[in-house]
Amino acid sequence: MRITQGTFSYLPDFTDEQIEAQVQYCLDNGWPLLIEYTDDPHPRNILWEMWGMPMFDIKDPAAIMLELNACRKELPRHYIRISGYDRSLGRASTMLSIIVNRPPEEPGFHLEREGGPDRQVRYTLRSYAADKQGGERYQ
Amino acid sequence: MALITPNAATTPHKVATSNNKKSRWSAGVAPYAEMGYYNPDYEPKGTDILCAFRFVPQDGVEPTEAAAAVAGESSTATWTVVWTDRLTAHEHFQAKCYNVVPVPGSDQYIAYIAYALDLFEEGSIANLTSSIIGNVFGFKPLKSLRLEDMRIPLHYTMTFQGPAHGIVMEREYLNKYGRPLLGATTKPKLGLSARNYSRVVYEALKGGLDFVKDDENVNSQAFMRWRDRYLFCMEAVNKAESMTGEIKGHYLNVTAATMEDMYERASFAKELGSVIVMVDLTVGYTAIQSMAKWCRANGLLLHLHRAGHGTYTRQKTHGVSFRVIAKWMRLAGVDHLHAGTVVGKLEGDPNAVRGYYSTLRSAKLEPDPTLGLYFEQDWGQMPGVMPVASGGIHAGQIHQLLHYLGEDVVLQFGGGTIGHPSGIADGATANRVAVEAMIQARNEGRDYLAEGPDILAAASRNSPALRAALEVWKDVTFDYTSTDTPDAVVTPTA
Repeated sequence: MRITQGTFSYLPDFTDEQIEAQVQYCLDNGWPLLIEYTDDPHPRNILWEMWGMPMFDIKDPAAIMLELNACRKELPRHYIRISGYDRSLGRASTMLSIIVNRPPEEPGFHLEREGGPDRQVRYTLRSYAADKQGGERYQ
Repeated sequence: MALITPNAATTPHKVATSNNKKSRWSAGVAPYAEMGYYNPDYEPKGTDILCAFRFVPQDGVEPTEAAAAVAGESSTATWTVVWTDRLTAHEHFQAKCYNVVPVPGSDQYIAYIAYALDLFEEGSIANLTSSIIGNVFGFKPLKSLRLEDMRIPLHYTMTFQGPAHGIVMEREYLNKYGRPLLGATTKPKLGLSARNYSRVVYEALKGGLDFVKDDENVNSQAFMRWRDRYLFCMEAVNKAESMTGEIKGHYLNVTAATMEDMYERASFAKELGSVIVMVDLTVGYTAIQSMAKWCRANGLLLHLHRAGHGTYTRQKTHGVSFRVIAKWMRLAGVDHLHAGTVVGKLEGDPNAVRGYYSTLRSAKLEPDPTLGLYFEQDWGQMPGVMPVASGGIHAGQIHQLLHYLGEDVVLQFGGGTIGHPSGIADGATANRVAVEAMIQARNEGRDYLAEGPDILAAASRNSPALRAALEVWKDVTFDYTSTDTPDAVVTPTA
């Protein structure tokens, strides 16, 4: 399967040049960028691990691409996303978020149904990847 | 009401007032204007609620007197002088019309009226509207009356809950950023069994939409009872989440005959894990405020379908402008509100629609006659409402939709998803590819409005679903003249 979180998941994966153009767009808007990674892409897993701090002071898209590629090099089989953040009053939230690295195989999710009374079903979504311990997934 | 009848000149009171000005407190009928309801010297206070009314007086009725009558009848006045006014600080409680402006090229006028904050109960749309539009629309001396806009001071705004979650919280809750959200209304809206209905929901969500929606009149009929629909739809939502790794929603319509029924349905939606419920505007302002409160307490988004609004918002000579309804609904606390598409099948002048969207989303607005905005409006930190564009739109119009409506919007393609030649999931994928491609192009700095068709054509090379959608709907437009347009237009300068 292909996990379709992020702003552009229905387009073919972006080239570095295309990613850099989106990074430039964020910088033009005054939005710092943040790189995060995870091996558990459950849709409600909000807190991916941070690759360092948000890059508040890096205004050069090439420097941000260097960071991104360092992250990819170290974690080639993880999901990696890069996000632009707007701190302005009334927003203070993510404005753009692109998945820029995926594991070669995306195992997806198991939907567990627990039957209950009155035809009700309790649904639980479980990442197949999370069957293994953190760090041993996508080996 | 002798003084503002067509034959005013022949009435005894008119003679009396013109020859020998009566005391303000003489028993009998006095012109509203002379009772203080028209006061061109009045300077509105920052705490006043301001209204702009469009009106046409009956023949022979002075515009200032008609405007004063509107101020009077929507605040303290009755048809005759009452001595009991003298027991009150009546100058404070009476509304004041402070300006009357003719609308060029028409028989219409705009009356600007100021109301003291203390006339209204805190946090109650019902109370606000019972005053402002309660009595006055049936008033005989007026040929027509329309409430065009209101300035709600921050002092009053702060007494309302506002959106249960708002745009920012909704995006964080759904984990979706940087693009319009996508939805569809299940079609046919009436007649599907719950099981067949859930097939539409599943295919559309799996194909790439974020939301599917019950239509306004899908409540609990014999062909599909609400409980069955909720159960089947939540199977579709959960299955689509497992297929995409995204959070998905279906607006479960809880509209019903009583609040007790609505709470029962909403509670069941919550038990099943739905992220969102919906109500129709037809349930009334108080019921909407109750649902908004319930939704904030229970963590569900609240979608509002503006069913019925066209009966009083569309004609310029009657009713309440939709920009006012939009303001009331932001105060009342909905998270989503249908606000027009510009390019779709339903009424919506581009500039008027832009005014509605600004009203729903902005923190602060300046008056802008070209958008139909008569007043400034300060929302403080009250969250924005996500506008919803629905009705006759399709993937081939994405560049126009993004241009007119922006990014914080739910684009709903009902026919434009379900009518796709190769199926509902492909219809959904076509819309998602189109919107992502257009956002990409916009962010890259391209002139996406002009280049829209090229951008879509390029994106369709990797997407057979989009290619088929563009082919089947390429020439569909709804190009009719709007009835509800701002009076001012921008004249292009060389």
